Amino acid sequence: MKGMKGMKDVSGMSGVVRETWLVFRHATRAALRQKAGLVFGALQPLLYLVLFGPLFTAVGTWEVLVPGLLAQLGLFSAGLAGFGIVFDVRSGALERLRVTPAHRAALLLGRVLGSSLTLLLQSAALVAVGYAFGLRAPLPGVLAGLVLMALLGVGLAALSNAIALTMNPDLFAPVMSTVVVPLTLLSGAFLPMSMAPAWLDALSRATPFRYAVEAVRDLFAGRYLTPTVGVGVAVTVVLAAVCAVAGTRVFNRVNA
Amino acid sequence: MIMTSGLSKTFPNGAEAVRGVDLTVEEGEIVALLGPNGAGKTTIMRMLTTLLRPTAGTATVAGCDLLADPRGVRGRIGYVSQGGGIGPAEPVGEELELHALLYGMRPAQARERVAETLERFGLTHLAGLPGGALSGGQRRRFDLAFGLVHGPSLLFLDEPTTGLDPQSRADLWDHLRRLRRERGLTVLLTTHYLDEADALADRLVVVDHGAVIAEGTPAEVKGDAATLDEAFLALTGRSLREAA
Repeated sequence: MKGMKGMKDVSGMSGVVRETWLVFRHATRAALRQKAGLVFGALQPLLYLVLFGPLFTAVGTWEVLVPGLLAQLGLFSAGLAGFGIVFDVRSGALERLRVTPAHRAALLLGRVLGSSLTLLLQSAALVAVGYAFGLRAPLPGVLAGLVLMALLGVGLAALSNAIALTMNPDLFAPVMSTVVVPLTLLSGAFLPMSMAPAWLDALSRATPFRYAVEAVRDLFAGRYLTPTVGVGVAVTVVLAAVCAVAGTRVFNRVNA
Repeated sequence: MIMTSGLSKTFPNGAEAVRGVDLTVEEGEIVALLGPNGAGKTTIMRMLTTLLRPTAGTATVAGCDLLADPRGVRGRIGYVSQGGGIGPAEPVGEELELHALLYGMRPAQARERVAETLERFGLTHLAGLPGGALSGGQRRRFDLAFGLVHGPSLLFLDEPTTGLDPQSRADLWDHLRRLRRERGLTVLLTTHYLDEADALADRLVVVDHGAVIAEGTPAEVKGDAATLDEAFLALTGRSLREAA
Protein backbone atom coordinates (compact mmCIF):
# COMPACT_ATOMS: atom_id res chain seq x y z
CA MET A 1 0.00 0.00 0.00
CA LYS A 2 1.33 3.40 -0.97
CA GLY A 3 1.99 6.08 1.59
CA MET A 4 -0.08 9.19 1.83
CA LYS A 5 1.19 12.08 -0.15
CA GLY A 6 -0.72 15.00 1.29
CA MET A 7 -0.59 14.06 4.94
CA LYS A 8 2.17 13.22 7.33
CA ASP A 9 2.00 10.89 10.24
CA VAL A 10 -0.66 8.47 9.13
CA SER A 11 1.26 5.79 7.31
CA GLY A 12 3.68 3.18 8.56
CA MET A 13 4.06 1.63 11.96
CA SER A 14 4.14 4.86 13.92
CA GLY A 15 0.77 5.62 12.31
CA VAL A 16 -0.76 2.39 13.62
CA VAL A 17 0.53 3.03 17.13
CA ARG A 18 -0.66 6.63 17.14
CA GLU A 19 -4.09 5.73 15.80
CA THR A 20 -4.44 2.84 18.25
CA TRP A 21 -3.62 5.26 21.06
CA LEU A 22 -6.20 7.78 19.81
CA VAL A 23 -8.95 5.16 19.55
CA PHE A 24 -7.94 3.68 22.92
CA ARG A 25 -8.06 7.06 24.62
CA HIS A 26 -11.44 7.77 23.12
CA ALA A 27 -12.85 4.36 24.09
CA THR A 28 -11.50 4.72 27.62
CA ARG A 29 -13.08 8.14 28.08
CA ALA A 30 -16.37 6.72 26.92
CA ALA A 31 -16.08 3.71 29.24
CA LEU A 32 -15.22 5.87 32.25
CA ARG A 33 -18.23 8.04 31.54
CA GLN A 34 -20.44 4.95 31.78
CA LYS A 35 -19.80 4.40 35.47
CA ALA A 36 -22.87 2.23 35.83
CA GLY A 37 -21.55 -0.06 33.10
CA LEU A 38 -18.19 -0.36 34.84
CA VAL A 39 -19.86 -1.33 38.10
CA PHE A 40 -22.40 -3.71 36.61
CA GLY A 41 -19.73 -5.47 34.58
CA ALA A 42 -17.92 -6.33 37.80
CA LEU A 43 -20.98 -6.94 39.94
CA GLN A 44 -21.36 -10.67 39.40
CA PRO A 45 -17.86 -11.69 40.57
CA LEU A 46 -18.16 -9.15 43.37
CA LEU A 47 -21.35 -10.82 44.57
CA TYR A 48 -19.58 -14.18 44.49
CA LEU A 49 -16.78 -12.67 46.55
CA VAL A 50 -19.14 -11.28 49.15
CA LEU A 51 -21.84 -13.97 49.28
CA PHE A 52 -19.88 -17.09 48.33
CA GLY A 53 -16.36 -16.20 49.53
CA PRO A 54 -17.07 -16.59 53.25
CA LEU A 55 -18.46 -20.07 52.57
CA PHE A 56 -15.58 -21.04 50.31
CA THR A 57 -12.97 -19.97 52.82
CA ALA A 58 -14.42 -22.39 55.32
CA VAL A 59 -12.63 -25.04 53.24
CA GLY A 60 -10.25 -23.02 51.02
CA THR A 61 -8.44 -19.71 51.04
CA TRP A 62 -9.08 -16.27 49.58
CA GLU A 63 -5.84 -16.66 47.62
CA VAL A 64 -7.46 -19.56 45.74
CA LEU A 65 -10.88 -18.00 45.29
CA VAL A 66 -9.97 -14.48 44.15
CA PRO A 67 -7.95 -15.60 41.08
CA GLY A 68 -10.95 -17.68 40.04
CA LEU A 69 -13.26 -14.70 40.40
CA LEU A 70 -10.80 -12.63 38.35
CA ALA A 71 -11.16 -15.18 35.56
CA GLN A 72 -14.93 -15.04 35.87
CA LEU A 73 -14.74 -11.25 35.65
CA GLY A 74 -12.44 -11.44 32.61
CA LEU A 75 -14.74 -13.82 30.80
CA PHE A 76 -17.79 -11.68 31.44
CA SER A 77 -16.26 -8.24 31.02
CA ALA A 78 -13.96 -8.84 28.04
CA GLY A 79 -16.03 -11.69 26.62
CA LEU A 80 -18.98 -9.37 26.17
CA ALA A 81 -16.84 -6.44 25.01
CA GLY A 82 -18.05 -6.95 21.46
CA PHE A 83 -21.44 -5.71 22.50
CA GLY A 84 -20.22 -2.15 22.05
CA ILE A 85 -19.34 -2.66 18.41
CA VAL A 86 -22.88 -3.85 17.68
CA PHE A 87 -24.11 -0.39 18.63
CA ASP A 88 -21.42 1.34 16.61
CA VAL A 89 -22.29 -0.70 13.54
CA ARG A 90 -25.95 0.21 13.95
CA SER A 91 -25.39 3.90 14.53
CA GLY A 92 -22.97 4.09 11.60
CA ALA A 93 -20.18 5.33 13.87
CA LEU A 94 -17.90 2.45 12.85
CA GLU A 95 -18.42 3.13 9.17
CA ARG A 96 -17.71 6.81 9.76
CA LEU A 97 -14.34 5.84 11.24
CA ARG A 98 -13.66 3.42 8.40
CA VAL A 99 -13.77 6.26 5.88
CA THR A 100 -10.85 7.94 7.65
CA PRO A 101 -7.36 6.85 6.61
CA ALA A 102 -6.83 5.17 10.03
CA HIS A 103 -5.55 1.61 9.86
CA ARG A 104 -8.23 -1.05 10.35
CA ALA A 105 -6.08 -2.78 12.96
CA ALA A 106 -5.92 0.45 14.97
CA LEU A 107 -9.71 0.81 15.01
CA LEU A 108 -9.98 -2.67 16.52
CA LEU A 109 -6.92 -2.67 18.79
CA GLY A 110 -7.68 0.73 20.33
CA ARG A 111 -11.11 -0.55 21.26
CA VAL A 112 -9.80 -3.86 22.56
CA LEU A 113 -7.12 -2.20 24.69
CA GLY A 114 -9.84 0.06 26.08
CA SER A 115 -11.87 -3.01 27.11
CA SER A 116 -8.75 -4.49 28.66
CA LEU A 117 -8.11 -1.36 30.72
CA THR A 118 -11.71 -1.47 31.91
CA LEU A 119 -11.12 -5.08 32.95
CA LEU A 120 -7.93 -4.09 34.76
CA LEU A 121 -9.75 -1.43 36.78
CA GLN A 122 -12.56 -3.83 37.63
CA SER A 123 -10.04 -6.51 38.60
CA ALA A 124 -8.13 -4.13 40.85
CA ALA A 125 -11.39 -3.21 42.57
CA LEU A 126 -12.22 -6.89 43.05
CA VAL A 127 -8.81 -7.56 44.58
CA ALA A 128 -9.19 -4.54 46.86
CA VAL A 129 -12.52 -5.83 48.15
CA GLY A 130 -10.86 -9.22 48.52
CA TYR A 131 -8.26 -7.64 50.78
CA ALA A 132 -11.01 -6.20 52.93
CA PHE A 133 -12.37 -9.73 53.39
CA GLY A 134 -9.06 -11.33 54.25
CA LEU A 135 -7.09 -11.90 51.05
CA ARG A 136 -3.39 -11.74 51.91
CA ALA A 137 -1.54 -12.07 48.60
CA PRO A 138 1.87 -10.38 48.11
CA LEU A 139 1.79 -7.21 46.01
CA PRO A 140 4.17 -8.42 43.25
CA GLY A 141 2.06 -11.56 42.85
CA VAL A 142 -1.14 -9.51 42.66
CA LEU A 143 0.34 -7.12 40.10
CA ALA A 144 1.65 -9.97 37.96
CA GLY A 145 -1.73 -11.68 38.20
CA LEU A 146 -3.55 -8.52 37.11
CA VAL A 147 -1.22 -8.09 34.13
CA LEU A 148 -1.87 -11.67 33.08
CA MET A 149 -5.62 -11.13 33.37
CA ALA A 150 -5.42 -7.88 31.38
CA LEU A 151 -3.58 -9.76 28.65
CA LEU A 152 -6.26 -12.44 28.67
CA GLY A 153 -8.72 -9.57 28.37
CA VAL A 154 -7.02 -8.33 25.17
CA GLY A 155 -7.47 -11.72 23.54
CA LEU A 156 -11.03 -12.20 24.73
CA ALA A 157 -12.13 -8.72 23.74
CA ALA A 158 -10.63 -9.09 20.25
CA LEU A 159 -12.40 -12.41 19.83
CA SER A 160 -15.62 -10.97 21.19
CA ASN A 161 -15.51 -8.09 18.70
CA ALA A 162 -14.87 -10.49 15.84
CA ILE A 163 -17.80 -12.68 16.90
CA ALA A 164 -20.04 -9.63 17.29
CA LEU A 165 -19.23 -8.55 13.73
CA THR A 166 -20.00 -11.93 12.23
CA MET A 167 -23.05 -13.16 14.10
CA ASN A 168 -26.62 -11.93 14.21
CA PRO A 169 -26.41 -8.90 16.50
CA ASP A 170 -29.63 -9.78 18.27
CA LEU A 171 -28.19 -13.12 19.31
CA PHE A 172 -24.82 -11.83 20.44
CA ALA A 173 -25.65 -10.95 24.06
CA PRO A 174 -27.73 -14.04 24.90
CA VAL A 175 -25.32 -16.44 23.18
CA MET A 176 -22.16 -14.95 24.63
CA SER A 177 -23.48 -14.62 28.16
CA THR A 178 -24.40 -18.31 27.97
CA VAL A 179 -21.07 -19.38 26.49
CA VAL A 180 -19.01 -17.71 29.22
CA VAL A 181 -20.75 -19.73 31.95
CA PRO A 182 -19.34 -23.17 31.01
CA LEU A 183 -15.99 -21.55 30.22
CA THR A 184 -15.93 -20.03 33.70
CA LEU A 185 -16.91 -23.31 35.36
CA LEU A 186 -14.35 -25.27 33.35
CA SER A 187 -11.59 -22.85 34.28
CA GLY A 188 -11.94 -24.05 37.85
CA ALA A 189 -12.81 -20.55 38.93
CA PHE A 190 -14.99 -21.60 41.85
CA LEU A 191 -13.28 -24.80 42.96
CA PRO A 192 -9.87 -26.06 41.85
CA MET A 193 -10.08 -28.66 39.11
CA SER A 194 -7.78 -30.94 41.08
CA MET A 195 -10.96 -31.92 42.93
CA ALA A 196 -12.77 -32.87 39.73
CA PRO A 197 -13.45 -36.38 38.40
CA ALA A 198 -11.14 -37.40 35.55
CA TRP A 199 -13.51 -36.57 32.66
CA LEU A 200 -14.24 -33.08 33.97
CA ASP A 201 -10.56 -32.51 34.63
CA ALA A 202 -9.75 -33.54 31.04
CA LEU A 203 -12.47 -31.29 29.64
CA SER A 204 -11.14 -28.42 31.69
CA ARG A 205 -7.63 -28.95 30.34
CA ALA A 206 -9.02 -28.40 26.86
CA THR A 207 -10.01 -24.83 27.75
CA PRO A 208 -7.30 -22.17 27.94
CA PHE A 209 -8.62 -20.30 30.94
CA ARG A 210 -7.78 -23.04 33.44
CA TYR A 211 -4.08 -22.46 32.88
CA ALA A 212 -4.39 -18.75 33.50
CA VAL A 213 -6.39 -19.31 36.68
CA GLU A 214 -3.85 -21.80 38.04
CA ALA A 215 -0.96 -19.47 37.21
CA VAL A 216 -2.64 -16.58 39.00
CA ARG A 217 -3.28 -18.81 42.03
CA ASP A 218 0.44 -19.54 42.20
CA LEU A 219 1.24 -15.85 41.82
CA PHE A 220 -1.20 -14.94 44.58
CA ALA A 221 0.44 -17.55 46.80
CA GLY A 222 3.81 -15.88 46.24
CA ARG A 223 5.15 -18.69 44.02
CA TYR A 224 6.48 -16.89 40.96
CA LEU A 225 8.79 -19.24 39.10
CA THR A 226 6.76 -22.43 38.95
CA PRO A 227 6.01 -24.54 35.87
CA THR A 228 2.31 -23.69 36.42
CA VAL A 229 3.08 -19.99 36.09
CA GLY A 230 5.20 -20.65 32.99
CA VAL A 231 2.43 -22.66 31.32
CA GLY A 232 -0.22 -20.12 32.33
CA VAL A 233 1.78 -17.22 30.91
CA ALA A 234 2.58 -19.11 27.70
CA VAL A 235 -1.04 -20.17 27.12
CA THR A 236 -2.30 -16.65 27.83
CA VAL A 237 0.23 -14.97 25.53
CA VAL A 238 -0.51 -17.40 22.70
CA LEU A 239 -4.26 -17.06 23.22
CA ALA A 240 -4.06 -13.26 23.23
CA ALA A 241 -1.89 -13.20 20.11
CA VAL A 242 -4.04 -15.70 18.20
CA CYS A 243 -7.26 -13.92 19.16
CA ALA A 244 -5.85 -10.50 18.28
CA VAL A 245 -4.69 -11.70 14.86
CA ALA A 246 -7.95 -13.57 14.20
CA GLY A 247 -9.95 -10.58 15.37
CA THR A 248 -8.06 -8.21 13.11
CA ARG A 249 -8.51 -10.51 10.14
CA VAL A 250 -12.25 -10.79 10.66
CA PHE A 251 -12.45 -7.05 11.20
CA ASN A 252 -10.55 -6.41 7.96
CA ARG A 253 -12.61 -8.89 6.02
CA VAL A 254 -15.97 -7.67 7.24
CA ASN A 255 -14.87 -4.12 6.53
CA ALA A 256 -13.32 -4.95 3.14
CA MET B 1 -12.10 14.53 -9.59
CA ILE B 2 -13.90 11.23 -10.12
CA MET B 3 -13.51 8.99 -13.11
CA THR B 4 -14.85 5.47 -13.23
CA SER B 5 -14.79 2.92 -15.97
CA GLY B 6 -17.01 -0.14 -16.02
CA LEU B 7 -17.51 0.04 -12.26
CA SER B 8 -19.54 -2.99 -11.17
CA LYS B 9 -20.61 -4.75 -8.05
CA THR B 10 -22.07 -8.22 -7.92
CA PHE B 11 -22.86 -9.38 -4.41
CA PRO B 12 -22.03 -12.94 -3.32
CA ASN B 13 -25.72 -13.83 -3.59
CA GLY B 14 -25.55 -13.04 -7.30
CA ALA B 15 -27.37 -9.71 -7.17
CA GLU B 16 -25.89 -7.30 -9.71
CA ALA B 17 -26.24 -4.05 -7.79
CA VAL B 18 -24.10 -1.95 -10.14
CA ARG B 19 -23.46 -2.80 -13.77
CA GLY B 20 -20.62 -1.14 -15.65
CA VAL B 21 -20.97 2.45 -14.56
CA ASP B 22 -18.82 5.07 -16.33
CA LEU B 23 -18.93 8.28 -14.38
CA THR B 24 -16.97 11.52 -14.58
CA VAL B 25 -17.18 14.35 -12.10
CA GLU B 26 -15.14 17.49 -12.72
CA GLU B 27 -13.53 19.58 -10.03
CA GLY B 28 -15.96 22.04 -8.43
CA GLU B 29 -19.06 20.31 -9.80
CA ILE B 30 -22.12 19.29 -7.83
CA VAL B 31 -23.43 16.11 -9.39
CA ALA B 32 -26.54 14.26 -8.28
CA LEU B 33 -27.06 10.54 -8.71
CA LEU B 34 -30.78 10.30 -9.16
CA GLY B 35 -32.81 7.15 -9.01
CA PRO B 36 -35.31 5.16 -7.01
CA ASN B 37 -34.35 3.21 -3.90
CA GLY B 38 -32.55 0.04 -4.89
CA ALA B 39 -31.21 1.58 -8.11
CA GLY B 40 -27.61 1.11 -6.96
CA LYS B 41 -26.88 4.69 -5.86
CA THR B 42 -25.66 3.79 -2.40
CA THR B 43 -23.59 0.88 -3.72
CA ILE B 44 -21.85 3.26 -6.14
CA MET B 45 -21.15 5.67 -3.28
CA ARG B 46 -19.84 2.91 -1.03
CA MET B 47 -17.49 1.69 -3.74
CA LEU B 48 -16.17 5.18 -4.47
CA THR B 49 -15.56 5.80 -0.76
CA THR B 50 -13.58 2.51 -0.36
CA LEU B 51 -16.19 0.87 1.87
CA LEU B 52 -17.07 -1.76 -0.69
CA ARG B 53 -14.73 -3.38 -3.14
CA PRO B 54 -15.90 -3.32 -6.78
CA THR B 55 -16.09 -6.70 -8.47
CA ALA B 56 -15.09 -5.17 -11.82
CA GLY B 57 -14.00 -1.88 -13.29
CA THR B 58 -11.56 0.83 -12.28
CA ALA B 59 -11.83 4.27 -10.74
CA THR B 60 -9.71 7.25 -9.87
CA VAL B 61 -11.01 9.28 -6.97
CA ALA B 62 -9.44 12.60 -5.91
CA GLY B 63 -6.29 11.73 -7.81
CA CYS B 64 -5.78 8.27 -6.27
CA ASP B 65 -6.44 4.86 -7.73
CA LEU B 66 -9.40 3.40 -5.86
CA LEU B 67 -8.12 -0.17 -5.84
CA ALA B 68 -4.39 0.39 -5.46
CA ASP B 69 -4.47 3.21 -2.94
CA PRO B 70 -7.68 3.17 -0.92
CA ARG B 71 -6.02 4.98 2.01
CA GLY B 72 -4.94 7.74 -0.33
CA VAL B 73 -8.57 8.11 -1.37
CA ARG B 74 -9.78 8.10 2.24
CA GLY B 75 -7.40 10.88 3.20
CA ARG B 76 -8.75 13.15 0.47
CA ILE B 77 -12.50 12.64 0.57
CA GLY B 78 -15.35 13.19 2.99
CA TYR B 79 -18.34 10.87 3.17
CA VAL B 80 -21.69 11.34 4.82
CA SER B 81 -23.72 8.15 4.78
CA GLN B 82 -27.47 7.90 4.59
CA GLY B 83 -27.96 7.39 8.30
CA GLY B 84 -25.01 9.48 9.37
CA GLY B 85 -22.77 8.06 12.05
CA ILE B 86 -23.61 9.68 15.33
CA GLY B 87 -23.99 7.36 18.31
CA PRO B 88 -26.41 8.29 21.07
CA ALA B 89 -24.04 8.52 24.03
CA GLU B 90 -20.84 10.35 23.15
CA PRO B 91 -20.42 14.13 23.15
CA VAL B 92 -20.35 14.93 19.44
CA GLY B 93 -17.56 17.50 19.70
CA GLU B 94 -15.24 14.89 21.19
CA GLU B 95 -16.03 12.46 18.37
CA LEU B 96 -15.32 15.19 15.87
CA GLU B 97 -11.93 15.82 17.40
CA LEU B 98 -11.05 12.12 17.25
CA HIS B 99 -12.01 12.23 13.60
CA ALA B 100 -9.72 15.16 12.89
CA LEU B 101 -6.85 13.44 14.72
CA LEU B 102 -7.33 10.24 12.74
CA TYR B 103 -6.81 12.28 9.59
CA GLY B 104 -3.31 12.94 10.87
CA MET B 105 -3.74 16.42 12.33
CA ARG B 106 -1.71 17.56 15.29
CA PRO B 107 -3.79 18.12 18.45
CA ALA B 108 -3.70 21.93 18.28
CA GLN B 109 -4.53 21.89 14.58
CA ALA B 110 -7.36 19.43 15.19
CA ARG B 111 -8.89 21.59 17.90
CA GLU B 112 -8.69 24.63 15.66
CA ARG B 113 -10.29 22.80 12.73
CA VAL B 114 -13.04 21.40 14.93
CA ALA B 115 -13.81 24.88 16.31
CA GLU B 116 -13.88 26.34 12.80
CA THR B 117 -16.12 23.58 11.46
CA LEU B 118 -18.55 23.82 14.39
CA GLU B 119 -18.70 27.56 13.88
CA ARG B 120 -19.41 27.22 10.17
CA PHE B 121 -22.41 24.99 10.80
CA GLY B 122 -23.64 26.91 13.84
CA LEU B 123 -23.02 23.94 16.12
CA THR B 124 -20.55 25.36 18.62
CA HIS B 125 -23.08 25.49 21.45
CA LEU B 126 -24.13 21.87 20.82
CA ALA B 127 -20.68 20.26 20.79
CA GLY B 128 -20.90 19.05 24.39
CA LEU B 129 -24.19 17.22 23.89
CA PRO B 130 -24.49 13.50 23.32
CA GLY B 131 -25.77 12.53 19.87
CA GLY B 132 -29.07 11.35 21.31
CA ALA B 133 -29.95 14.89 22.43
CA LEU B 134 -29.80 16.41 18.93
CA SER B 135 -32.67 17.12 16.55
CA GLY B 136 -32.72 15.63 13.05
CA GLY B 137 -31.50 18.82 11.41
CA GLN B 138 -28.75 19.28 13.99
CA ARG B 139 -27.59 15.70 13.52
CA ARG B 140 -27.41 16.19 9.79
CA ARG B 141 -25.30 19.32 10.19
CA PHE B 142 -22.99 17.36 12.50
CA ASP B 143 -22.83 14.63 9.87
CA LEU B 144 -21.67 17.26 7.40
CA ALA B 145 -19.13 18.50 9.94
CA PHE B 146 -17.71 14.96 10.18
CA GLY B 147 -17.44 14.81 6.42
CA LEU B 148 -15.68 18.16 6.16
CA VAL B 149 -13.59 18.61 9.31
CA HIS B 150 -10.39 17.54 7.55
CA GLY B 151 -10.95 19.89 4.61
CA PRO B 152 -11.44 17.37 1.79
CA SER B 153 -11.73 18.59 -1.78
CA LEU B 154 -14.42 16.02 -2.60
CA LEU B 155 -17.53 15.25 -0.59
CA PHE B 156 -19.88 12.29 -0.97
CA LEU B 157 -23.39 12.74 0.40
CA ASP B 158 -25.78 9.83 0.47
CA GLU B 159 -29.36 11.15 0.62
CA PRO B 160 -28.38 14.18 2.65
CA THR B 161 -31.85 15.55 3.31
CA THR B 162 -34.05 12.47 3.61
CA GLY B 163 -36.30 12.91 6.62
CA LEU B 164 -35.47 16.59 7.16
CA ASP B 165 -38.08 19.33 7.42
CA PRO B 166 -38.17 21.89 4.58
CA GLN B 167 -36.31 24.54 6.58
CA SER B 168 -33.44 22.16 7.43
CA ARG B 169 -33.26 21.02 3.81
CA ALA B 170 -33.00 24.56 2.48
CA ASP B 171 -30.42 25.30 5.17
CA LEU B 172 -28.30 22.31 4.14
CA TRP B 173 -28.49 23.24 0.46
CA ASP B 174 -27.25 26.73 1.36
CA HIS B 175 -24.30 25.27 3.21
CA LEU B 176 -23.35 23.15 0.22
CA ARG B 177 -23.64 26.02 -2.25
CA ARG B 178 -21.55 28.21 0.00
CA LEU B 179 -18.84 25.52 0.38
CA ARG B 180 -18.63 25.15 -3.36
CA ARG B 181 -18.46 28.90 -3.87
CA GLU B 182 -15.87 29.53 -1.17
CA ARG B 183 -13.70 26.45 -1.44
CA GLY B 184 -14.43 24.95 -4.81
CA LEU B 185 -15.71 21.81 -3.09
CA THR B 186 -16.73 19.02 -5.44
CA VAL B 187 -19.87 17.15 -4.38
CA LEU B 188 -21.36 13.86 -5.50
CA LEU B 189 -24.71 13.30 -3.85
CA THR B 190 -27.52 10.82 -4.19
CA THR B 191 -31.12 11.74 -3.91
CA HIS B 192 -34.55 10.61 -4.90
CA TYR B 193 -35.94 14.09 -4.46
CA LEU B 194 -36.34 15.73 -7.83
CA ASP B 195 -36.52 19.24 -6.42
CA GLU B 196 -33.23 18.64 -4.63
CA ALA B 197 -31.50 17.50 -7.79
CA ASP B 198 -33.04 20.38 -9.71
CA ALA B 199 -32.09 23.01 -7.16
CA LEU B 200 -28.61 21.88 -6.25
CA ALA B 201 -26.94 19.91 -9.00
CA ASP B 202 -25.05 21.17 -12.05
CA ARG B 203 -25.46 17.79 -13.58
CA LEU B 204 -27.66 14.74 -13.05
CA VAL B 205 -26.77 11.13 -13.53
CA VAL B 206 -29.92 9.03 -13.64
CA VAL B 207 -29.43 5.49 -12.39
CA ASP B 208 -31.80 2.58 -12.56
CA HIS B 209 -31.21 -1.15 -12.06
CA GLY B 210 -27.52 -0.53 -11.44
CA ALA B 211 -26.83 1.26 -14.72
CA VAL B 212 -26.70 4.88 -15.91
CA ILE B 213 -29.72 5.51 -18.11
CA ALA B 214 -29.33 9.24 -18.71
CA GLU B 215 -27.12 12.14 -17.79
CA GLY B 216 -26.80 15.86 -18.33
CA THR B 217 -27.88 19.16 -16.84
CA PRO B 218 -31.31 19.13 -15.19
CA ALA B 219 -32.65 20.89 -18.31
CA GLU B 220 -31.10 18.32 -20.64
CA VAL B 221 -32.43 15.40 -18.65
CA LYS B 222 -35.86 16.98 -18.58
CA GLY B 223 -35.79 17.47 -22.34
CA ASP B 224 -39.32 18.01 -23.59
CA ALA B 225 -40.87 16.76 -20.39
CA ALA B 226 -42.39 19.37 -18.14
CA THR B 227 -40.84 17.98 -14.96
CA LEU B 228 -38.00 15.68 -13.98
CA ASP B 229 -40.57 13.22 -12.74
CA GLU B 230 -42.14 13.03 -16.20
CA ALA B 231 -38.70 12.67 -17.75
CA PHE B 232 -37.98 9.83 -15.36
CA LEU B 233 -41.27 8.22 -16.22
CA ALA B 234 -40.38 8.41 -19.90
CA LEU B 235 -36.93 6.91 -19.26
CA THR B 236 -37.90 4.04 -17.03
CA GLY B 237 -41.59 3.54 -17.51
CA ARG B 238 -42.23 4.22 -13.87
CA SER B 239 -42.50 7.18 -11.61
CA LEU B 240 -39.57 8.10 -9.42
CA ARG B 241 -41.96 8.89 -6.60
CA GLU B 242 -43.71 5.56 -6.88
CA ALA B 243 -40.43 3.70 -7.12
CA ALA B 244 -39.01 5.55 -4.17
